[in-house]
Amino acid sequence: MPEASAPPAQGPLAHHFANLKQQKHAAVLGMWVFIAQEVLFFGGLFATYAVYAMKYKEAFEAGSGHLNWKIGFFNTLVLIASSLTMAMGVHSAALGRSRRIVGWLLATVFLGTVFLGVKYFEYGEKIAPCFGMGAGPGCLVPGQLFDASVLHVAADVAPETQIFYSLYFAMTGLHALHMIVGIPIILWIAHAAWKGRYSPAWHTPVEIVGLYWHFVDIIWIFLFPLLYLMGRH
Amino acid sequence: MNQAFPLLPEQASAQAGEVDALFFFIVAVTIFFTIGISLVILFFAVKYRRRSDEDRPKEIHGSLLLEMVWTIIPLGIVILMFAWGSKIYFQMNRPPDDAMNVSVVGKRWMWKLQHPTGQREINELHVPVGRAVKLTITSEDVIHSFFVPAFRLKKDAVPGRYNVGWFRATKVGSYHLFCAEYCGTEHSKMIGKIVVMEPEDYQTWLAGGPPPESPVVQGEQLFTELNCITCHRPDSAGRGPVLNGIFGRGIRLASGDTVVADEAYVRESILNPATKVVAGYQPVMPTYQGLVSEEQLIALIAYIKSLQIPSGETVPVPEEAE
Amino acid sequence: MNQGTEAKPMTPEVNTLPKEHYLNAGYDWKSWLLTTDHKRIAILYLISISVMFILGGLYAVLIRWNLLVPDGSHMSAETYNRVFTAHGVIMVFFFLIPSIPATLGNFLIPLMIGARDLAFPRINLLSWYVYVIGAAFTLFSLFSGGLDTGWTFYTPYSTVFAQSNVAFAAIGIFIAGFSSILTGLNFIVTVHTMRAPGMTWFRMPLFVWAHYATAIIQILGTPVVAITILLVALERLFHFGFFDPARGGDPILFQHLFWFYSHPAVYIMILPSMGVVSELITCFSRKRIFGYSFIAMSSMAIAVIGFLVWAHHMFVSGMSVYSAMIFSALTYLVAIPSAIKVFNWTATMFRGSISWETPMMYVFGFIGLFLIGGLTGLFLGNLGTDVHLTDTYFIVAHFHYIMVGGAIMGYLGGIHFWWPKIFGRKYSEWWGRISAVLIFVGFNMTFLPQFLLGYLGMPRRYHAYPEEFQVLNVLSSAGALILGIGYLFPSLYLAHSMVKGEPAGNNPWGARGLEWETTSPPPAHNFDQTPVVEDEAYAYDKAPKEAVVA
Repeated sequence: MPEASAPPAQGPLAHHFANLKQQKHAAVLGMWVFIAQEVLFFGGLFATYAVYAMKYKEAFEAGSGHLNWKIGFFNTLVLIASSLTMAMGVHSAALGRSRRIVGWLLATVFLGTVFLGVKYFEYGEKIAPCFGMGAGPGCLVPGQLFDASVLHVAADVAPETQIFYSLYFAMTGLHALHMIVGIPIILWIAHAAWKGRYSPAWHTPVEIVGLYWHFVDIIWIFLFPLLYLMGRH
Repeated sequence: MNQAFPLLPEQASAQAGEVDALFFFIVAVTIFFTIGISLVILFFAVKYRRRSDEDRPKEIHGSLLLEMVWTIIPLGIVILMFAWGSKIYFQMNRPPDDAMNVSVVGKRWMWKLQHPTGQREINELHVPVGRAVKLTITSEDVIHSFFVPAFRLKKDAVPGRYNVGWFRATKVGSYHLFCAEYCGTEHSKMIGKIVVMEPEDYQTWLAGGPPPESPVVQGEQLFTELNCITCHRPDSAGRGPVLNGIFGRGIRLASGDTVVADEAYVRESILNPATKVVAGYQPVMPTYQGLVSEEQLIALIAYIKSLQIPSGETVPVPEEAE
Repeated sequence: MNQGTEAKPMTPEVNTLPKEHYLNAGYDWKSWLLTTDHKRIAILYLISISVMFILGGLYAVLIRWNLLVPDGSHMSAETYNRVFTAHGVIMVFFFLIPSIPATLGNFLIPLMIGARDLAFPRINLLSWYVYVIGAAFTLFSLFSGGLDTGWTFYTPYSTVFAQSNVAFAAIGIFIAGFSSILTGLNFIVTVHTMRAPGMTWFRMPLFVWAHYATAIIQILGTPVVAITILLVALERLFHFGFFDPARGGDPILFQHLFWFYSHPAVYIMILPSMGVVSELITCFSRKRIFGYSFIAMSSMAIAVIGFLVWAHHMFVSGMSVYSAMIFSALTYLVAIPSAIKVFNWTATMFRGSISWETPMMYVFGFIGLFLIGGLTGLFLGNLGTDVHLTDTYFIVAHFHYIMVGGAIMGYLGGIHFWWPKIFGRKYSEWWGRISAVLIFVGFNMTFLPQFLLGYLGMPRRYHAYPEEFQVLNVLSSAGALILGIGYLFPSLYLAHSMVKGEPAGNNPWGARGLEWETTSPPPAHNFDQTPVVEDEAYAYDKAPKEAVVA
């Protein structure tokens, strides 16, 4: 792009910003605005969940009761740990410790992958029986093959549990998608850190990826009790 | 009515006149502001037309007083409109107690109506003039909307719920019935008419044709065929609550809440019995979801409504559960 | 060919195009398709949305042609249902929502605040690609079998009963929504962080305020419709039972989720237009805006209150009377800030120096038509009258007055005002004014009869109708013919001006604003030196600054 009269770029400073401070401010504000949008995105699902949970209390309690809360809790701890490692990564970046940044970011990716692996197992349990495979109790994918008998509810409540599982897959699926997108981004930042592109003066990309990751964690912290802990005593 | 170039549909219900009065008020406000402001702008555009390129008008930043005036006056006008409209809307949603009940089921692409005496009609509704008619409206498939312009009446027919509308026809005649919610291919063919007749003519019309089966009678048949009678006995020995005299009463539920036993509650109890179980009873009733059509539900509800207790007795209560 | 008075340019008599500017800074495909220059991205958008407008317009022609005869014999009901759906989907999601923000907003906001570009130039380019991909998906679904649900996708018709490409179209619209979100995100961050020295919030042009308020709606509203349309696609493809009563779903929940975005969406469509009007009316009255803070704050008020009124689309769906009253009251409240704007614009003209060039003709048209459109909203926010009027042609007339009479008039006015800045050339004033008048006349002829049709009881989305409605329908179709011709003219004379138009010079209108202090067309980097702002906006009582010519 011809920039005949524009000032030459100074390292990380982009040509359209006056100085690094302005660039930082813009990047951070941009990530917050994006997160605001994500809150509304998930918010629509949460609102739908709330409406149906109130309408079909028994079905939702049955569906929730059937989810394995221990696995869910383990996953919650894994994600919280990953937020911790991410925060340590940002901290290292602020201190200018490039090698440390990479270490912390890789730890975050590892923990995120563990979370996704557990999710794969959880989903598999519910989906494999639909194809006649797996040792799982029953097919829990909403639709023709949905087998509500594993939930032990009255006949008229059974169809309503499908809505619970529709929301379960939609909400955890959307959340998992956000992690699947986040992990390569963290790897990309780790690569840049490895190349020494960050310093105490400029490490905003690490900061804003950190913000995104914390947000993904917080969504799960709301999802977990709503989906796994409804109606437990 | 002005056939050549009508500006209004006929006013054929008690409501129509009130709606039109409000409508004309808003039209007057609209015309006043549209013409008023347009004239002012035109006037300014001509009077202050640029004479020379060197024109440099003095600045006028603003005027708090003007801002307040043209905020508060419109606010006052809209508050008036809001209050007037709310009053009409309230009336539209409160059918009188003496209304005759007509059930309406929308289905792609026809309207199925049933009189309280059992006569069924398709795409037509015959009613006596001057009588309040309460419509209980639902749909068998997608959302439709029951629209009678001459009555200024419109209510959506939503599958899975009952919506209530009502009218009191004031003029004998035949009026358009339209479906007003897009419902697929033949949406514009889902039309019919409301035929308003003198009371005597209505009676004649009712009597004509094969003797209809009253929905109450149909409902009684279904009540036996579907074995409702096994648990819902008129004495307190059944496994289910006694249904005599419960319609319109407050019912205490096992959850502690109280609901009114209206059409919606009875319908829900047939399709989703475990949701709102009556206090003191076990949730053992099976669901009839998929086993009864909307029209059969209407018949059952009519029958249950008709179940009275002999005067003097109170509604039998079960023995307290443990 | 140029007749009538014209504002003499502030710069020397004979204008020439600057030697280097953003349009000739590279001619190969990479310099356009991989550009990060907000001005080029604005042009990319201009081309795309113009194509979509023509497509949507063709569908409108088909609608009005079908409605010439009461029995609908010009096409089958299946075809008609696909035609009106395509018209709505294309016009709402692919024309009106992006229109002013993606073209004029993208081009002008950095210039107006004295910045080199938007905050995130690459995200800007991404937003265009996302738009194109969304459009491709949607158009594919519209052409390969069509969509017949209406642009509103009401369930359970759309999720269970429709025999058309629902899921595919839903995905296309879902994708396009992110284009809107990214544009909004860029504008918010740009306005917060990239204003030139001296450009305080209350010195910004009202065009920028309008886009800031619009961006807030884009960020907070669009994701909700995105998730809703995703759920529709899931229900359609995998039979999840979110909105199907047969599976325990609630079709009214769909309506709440859908309108939560789709009502604020109409403010996305009108607020930028109002921003344009503020710019034009000050220039062509050569006067400061009357009530600057009131107009700025009214944009914000509309954005906020606009999120609280959605259920006024659902007054006959069976909602409780008390909820309906709350929504009706809030709907009346949101009307007030718009009224405040109209009064302030009128007061701006008082004792001004008014010239009647083409952009100002569009302003006159906007104010008249927006008045009618906005005031007819009073009938629809009203619980007493809305019951009769909802789902009839009254609604169709109301929203076309605002979206076409309002938003599109503002858009065309803006295009005509900033065209010399964007392309460096003037167009024929004569043709400009003729077209503006033709559009105004054709528009009223098309849509005024529809108010009558609505009150008489003609429902919307009807392929065939009772005979007594024919006269008004024919009138409306005749008007549509005139309107279509009116829209054709600008595309011809504007295109003509791109090659044959007289060079405009930096400031052909004698306007105020940072964008007029650089060349026409501007250099790729916008300003040779970062401007320092000392004046309030619209300082027309002061002599204009000479532009720094590159």
